[in-house]
Amino acid sequence: MDQIQKTLLEEIAGLHEVPAGAYNIRANGKSEARNTTANIDIVTKEDKSGIDIIIKPGTKKESVHIPVVLSQSGLTEMVYNDFIIGDDSDVTIIAGCGIHNSGDKESRHDGIHSFFVGKNSHVKYVEKHYGSGEGTGERIMNPQTIVHLDEGSYMEMETVQIRGVDSTKRSTIADLKADAKLVITERLMTHGSQYAESYFQVDLNGENSSTNLISRAVAKNDSKQLFVAKINGNNKCAGHSECDAIIMDQAKIRAIPEIAANDLDAALIHEAAIGKIAGEQIIKLMTLGLTEAEAEEQIINGFLK
Amino acid sequence: MLELKHVSFQVEDVNSTSKDIIKDINLTLEDHTFTAITGPNGGGKSTLAKLIMGIEKPTEGQILFNGTDITQLSISERANLGISFAFQQPVRFKGIKVKDLIRLSSKDKLSTADACEFLSKVGLCARDYINRDVDASLSGGELKRIEIATIIARNTPLSVFDEPEAGIDLWSFNNLIKVFEEMHDKKENSLIIISHQERILNIADEIVVIADGTVRTKGRKDDILPELLDTNGGCRFYQQQ
Repeated sequence: MDQIQKTLLEEIAGLHEVPAGAYNIRANGKSEARNTTANIDIVTKEDKSGIDIIIKPGTKKESVHIPVVLSQSGLTEMVYNDFIIGDDSDVTIIAGCGIHNSGDKESRHDGIHSFFVGKNSHVKYVEKHYGSGEGTGERIMNPQTIVHLDEGSYMEMETVQIRGVDSTKRSTIADLKADAKLVITERLMTHGSQYAESYFQVDLNGENSSTNLISRAVAKNDSKQLFVAKINGNNKCAGHSECDAIIMDQAKIRAIPEIAANDLDAALIHEAAIGKIAGEQIIKLMTLGLTEAEAEEQIINGFLK
Repeated sequence: MLELKHVSFQVEDVNSTSKDIIKDINLTLEDHTFTAITGPNGGGKSTLAKLIMGIEKPTEGQILFNGTDITQLSISERANLGISFAFQQPVRFKGIKVKDLIRLSSKDKLSTADACEFLSKVGLCARDYINRDVDASLSGGELKRIEIATIIARNTPLSVFDEPEAGIDLWSFNNLIKVFEEMHDKKENSLIIISHQERILNIADEIVVIADGTVRTKGRKDDILPELLDTNGGCRFYQQQ
């Protein structure tokens, strides 16, 4: 692995070296390194590009890293990864994609991650996206996440895209059985002329299922963002979505929250707020001696933390 | 020393007619003094405080801080020259912790224990607050005390407090008086406190009464306070709240 790839790996997965536990590192379309454990198996798909991550029932406190790095300009790929998580497990899965494009051709990573989470399991899923490189070729990522939560399971999903991705369309679709819970936290910043789209659809099918969907977004320069969140309450359930966004310069953001109650006992809430940084926040930080630019940076860093 | 020379401030209302908020104010505040500014609501006190910090710029006149003309300086430049400002209604932030705000205020690399000390001074149990966000989950009174803690942490030659007592409960108010007494006892820095509270006026060296955009009276506390309290009718409100 070269230095550019190592840097990407550090940005998206915080990895300086080979991680502990199970991992599969994909670089420029090929599997670069892999490790499996007694409880976590990683198998290459035979019919298409991608892997199956199979976690045995009862696996506790283990982690899987599956970062993807692209440093070859003009490479486009489509990857299918399936996560089969056995009942009563407690695992952390860290995915992420870094693209370094120093050429003039488009580099693109599209991925479909499907999660099958067993009964009473707890999954933490972290996904970071990052782009770098001086080339004029676009850096594009279109991740799709499909989540099936079985009874009593709980999934925390954390997605971060702070820098360097020119175009992204993210789609997350989930269905929940009884007593299952899904918490999604999205942090997104776009700059330049970037475009980002986030689409969420959560079907609360089981009794006492619940979801909390939180998005914090900042759009700078001429960038544009579209946020769509749909929560369907099909049983006695609780759903909440919150889109909180800051716009700067000439940026534009659209937020379309939708909640549908199809059951008398569905309790659903949506909140969406878009606006520029409150002037008084900048003034307060300036009274502490920060310049206007430093104050803005502090506010945005905090907001996206 | 802070000097205001012929300072005026006008705003335009919806009909584009100009309204004088501050009218040709001349004021000199000596070093190491505690000046209380009082007067009726709408008289221009808060505007005067904002003019000193640079949040508003005067339409006419000059402001000098230790001999330097700061009239055209930005808020940040004034802050770095040693002026602090406590907001009447402190600002809330999403994602900035109490600890962050105190660290930004102090400039020194503060340990969590140091930051906690500033919170204890304003009567907050530091452990409960240090890692909380400065957001809507804090009550007005809590926020106000954190605001004051940031000013203590800054420890600048001049601190301006805009109605520090507003929104603070009685128990905290006693502590607040102690905080100001302590700041003043050090005799290192100057304080300007805008207040309607007799107990705050009572610990000041000087009292300035601002009404209708002008300095109505100014003088030693011992001369001005009895006058304010004795007056029937108009000035009674100084004892309220």
